[in-house]
Amino acid sequence: MTAVEAAPGSAGAAGGGVIGQRMRRREDPALLTGEARYIADLAVPGALHAAVVRSPMAHARITSIDVEAARSMPGVVAVFTGEDLQAEWAGPLPCGWPVTPDMKAPAHLPLAVGTVNYAGDGVAVVLARSEYEATDAAEAVVVDYDPLPVVVDIEDAASDRVVIHEDLGTNKSYTWELSPDREAVDRAFSEAAHTVSCRYVQQRLIPSPMEPRGVLVVPQPFGGHFTVYSATQIPHILKVMLALTSGVPETNLRVVAPAVGGGFGCKLNVYAEEVLALALARKLRQPVRWVEKRTEHSSATIQGRGQVQHIELAADADGRVTAVRVRLLADMGAYLQLVTPGVPLLGAFLYTGVYDVPAYDFSCTAVFTNKTPTDAYRGAGRPEATYAIERTMDALAAEMGVDPAEIRRRNFIAPDKFPYNSVAGLVYDSGNYEGALDRCLDMAGYQELRAEQERRRQSGDTRQIGLGLSSYFEMCGLAPSRVLASLNYTAGGWEAATVRILPTGKVQVVTGTSPHGQGHETSWSMIVADRLGVSPDDVDVLHSDTAVAPYGLDTYGSRSLAVGGTAVYLATERVIDKAKKIAAHQLEAAEDDLEFAGSQFSVKGSPDRAMPLAAVAFEAFTAHNLPDGLEPNLEASSHFDPTNFTFPFGTHLAVVEVDTETGGVRLLRYAAVDDCGNQINPLIVEGQVHGGIVQGAAQALWEEAVYDHEGNLVSASLMDYLVPSAAEVPSFETDTTVTPSPSNPMGVKGVGEAGTIGAAPAVINAVVDALKPYGVTNIEMPATPQRIWQTIKEAEQMESGK
Amino acid sequence: MKVSMTVNGARQEHEIEPRLLLVHYLRDVVGLTGTNIGCDTSSCGACTVLVGGESVKSCTMLAAQADGAEITTIEGLASDGSLHPMQEAFREKHALQCGYCTPGMVMAAVSLLDEHPNPTEAEVREGLEGNLCRCTGYHNIVQAVLHAASSGSAAAPVSAP
Repeated sequence: MTAVEAAPGSAGAAGGGVIGQRMRRREDPALLTGEARYIADLAVPGALHAAVVRSPMAHARITSIDVEAARSMPGVVAVFTGEDLQAEWAGPLPCGWPVTPDMKAPAHLPLAVGTVNYAGDGVAVVLARSEYEATDAAEAVVVDYDPLPVVVDIEDAASDRVVIHEDLGTNKSYTWELSPDREAVDRAFSEAAHTVSCRYVQQRLIPSPMEPRGVLVVPQPFGGHFTVYSATQIPHILKVMLALTSGVPETNLRVVAPAVGGGFGCKLNVYAEEVLALALARKLRQPVRWVEKRTEHSSATIQGRGQVQHIELAADADGRVTAVRVRLLADMGAYLQLVTPGVPLLGAFLYTGVYDVPAYDFSCTAVFTNKTPTDAYRGAGRPEATYAIERTMDALAAEMGVDPAEIRRRNFIAPDKFPYNSVAGLVYDSGNYEGALDRCLDMAGYQELRAEQERRRQSGDTRQIGLGLSSYFEMCGLAPSRVLASLNYTAGGWEAATVRILPTGKVQVVTGTSPHGQGHETSWSMIVADRLGVSPDDVDVLHSDTAVAPYGLDTYGSRSLAVGGTAVYLATERVIDKAKKIAAHQLEAAEDDLEFAGSQFSVKGSPDRAMPLAAVAFEAFTAHNLPDGLEPNLEASSHFDPTNFTFPFGTHLAVVEVDTETGGVRLLRYAAVDDCGNQINPLIVEGQVHGGIVQGAAQALWEEAVYDHEGNLVSASLMDYLVPSAAEVPSFETDTTVTPSPSNPMGVKGVGEAGTIGAAPAVINAVVDALKPYGVTNIEMPATPQRIWQTIKEAEQMESGK
Repeated sequence: MKVSMTVNGARQEHEIEPRLLLVHYLRDVVGLTGTNIGCDTSSCGACTVLVGGESVKSCTMLAAQADGAEITTIEGLASDGSLHPMQEAFREKHALQCGYCTPGMVMAAVSLLDEHPNPTEAEVREGLEGNLCRCTGYHNIVQAVLHAASSGSAAAPVSAP
């Protein structure tokens, strides 16, 4: 770790030495032995299995549904169509982010009635005693459809050639603009020495956590209470939304996220099957389970990205960027899910990147298509923005004939300009962008790599190498509630925590975050142990159950540590404050004369007058001798609402080898220097970076949700949708710099999405760099061998045609 | 139809549907839910178990085909409350995050070292090609397998019948 800047106010240095350790995860033993319980592992006697009958048509009128044959199949308990269940819904499936007052949103029910709008739209549900029987019976439901014209392409959708939702009158959901001074932008372009104009396609991605989704609803005896188990990232938000959509009072709902096998944003949603399972459990007074199949996941779960980006840069003669102009078309899919419309906005503030840009003009138009709805997928808007600016910075470098590293240096926001007021209206908390670039270039041996590239170019090697840089940053720690209000988001961005010291001295932490692979139990125990001076093993962390942790806003957007971890930290401080009052009373000393270290209060200068924290906890429990007016027990809570986002950053370098005869591309090396502020557990930070890099590289090289012109998803299985294996990727060279955030007491920033944000532009910049001798300036994602080969052939034809 | 097999050393005998997949037999009939299901095309490897000491995706096999076999699942790997060296290596190297691919990945890795006790990094990557992980980027999984190989005690613990 390279200390680029000292860590003011860092909890690590002053605390118990736990923070910053590469501590092994406490979550692991249960996961490694098969004892962890995921949604499909929960055994409930008498649970009915639900199978959803889905439309094979992308756009059609339902003319009839015949469920008689299915009803008489073995094990079948009930079959319902969308029409049968209409009385069950108190409201439509929720969209929590109406980004403009005039945003158009189609009605969206858990099962379609009348019309289906994408292949995968649910039309009926079968309940049977076993999964096999439910699946068999679902195939026996006969649905007749009258096909309607299909809109697949985003630009076609924007033309309104065919309007998908007749009642809306248009396919355009909204247009959202961020244009502080359009005249300044126009002036910058008219005065520019260099301009570049680029168009990029963000292909749709299928999130593909290894565990698909699932839900199990168990009616509780007497009184209409339900326990909802769901493979979700958001048990708290889900509880509120289930109450609103089903009409079950919120007090009668308990939502539990058991072990959850990854999410990457796709489990940050309120899905038809969750609402359906609750309604069916209520209707039949029996537990109902639905477990998603992988092929079903591809169309029934939200997809990521789906944008066409137009970006223009104006620069002066030295290559300093003077303005950025962005026009986006964003694909919403057939309906608006929980935060579908907001995803492009999460990127809207970031298209000027890590650069000191004085003028900016952004506009996004969102359109409906006959495809699975899009929504948050790892990075959500921020990878798209970073891709656009980082690809375009390379285009500017190429236009001017300067090295991509050099063009970045000329434009970076200097370290002494923080906190930096961006033209888009953000205040970047802290950064040292050139520090991360330098470290990355050093670590990778950039000059040697350039020399090797030149050797191969000179010798006409059929295997060319390319170097791709990406100096990314992101907006994390979602989010200050007032900022969310200004963006029309319907909830806040705070996070809650409670810390209790039990009578035996053991510590219980309750967090509103909901981990699904991030290791919060380990990290939160480290934060608390560090402050209390106890062993992390003595700190238990409870989460993901609304009956245990009633307050929370869950896990997404790299928010958990910066917001939820801060709440844990602040609650711990409050517990210490209360304990100090009790200790002072017991030791007959003034509070100000006490110091707290090594899990013990002692009187300054009289170390023999001391009281261990555990003894204080027992006194707080017995309440035999507390200061007058002080309530029993040692517990404190924090509801922390951040005042700003956090802004992690870094520089990634991808090295690819392209076989110019076959178009085959191999990721040879990947160097990443990330700065997420102070780190609680570097082992976990590295793991997040590694996984993120592969997800970003996968967008660049392999993954795409491919639709045919009739709206059929033709990459629906893992045979066709290329989630990379260990054989496709190299080991990574990683390092970090540390620039603490001034926005929270631990100086932390978040790291969950960093790798994904940095990787896609780095990899594509590398592929384009490898093909530079052919005059290639762009290649769309995924850069498949076929696409690369075709690009080379076209370039050669252009050359020979000259 | 009736099948009998040994699962993690215990004799199992059940009346089953002929079409029942081995993975569903292990999870729903025997009650060992540590073996996870991640896909429906035998692509992801989450359901990998050892059949007669060799790694098999348990969704590619009918329970009926495993009649008489000796099966080891993730639940059978740790013994006497201590983790198997491969499980230890995964923990040591932070080779898991959400844990869903982990049981299958660990079983595949155990089988890999059984066949190649001293693999190169490239051999580890090729050897685990059939097992997908979405969290770790594989970096630490590869490190864990190499670490287990260097400690020399992580080959398959089960004797083939």
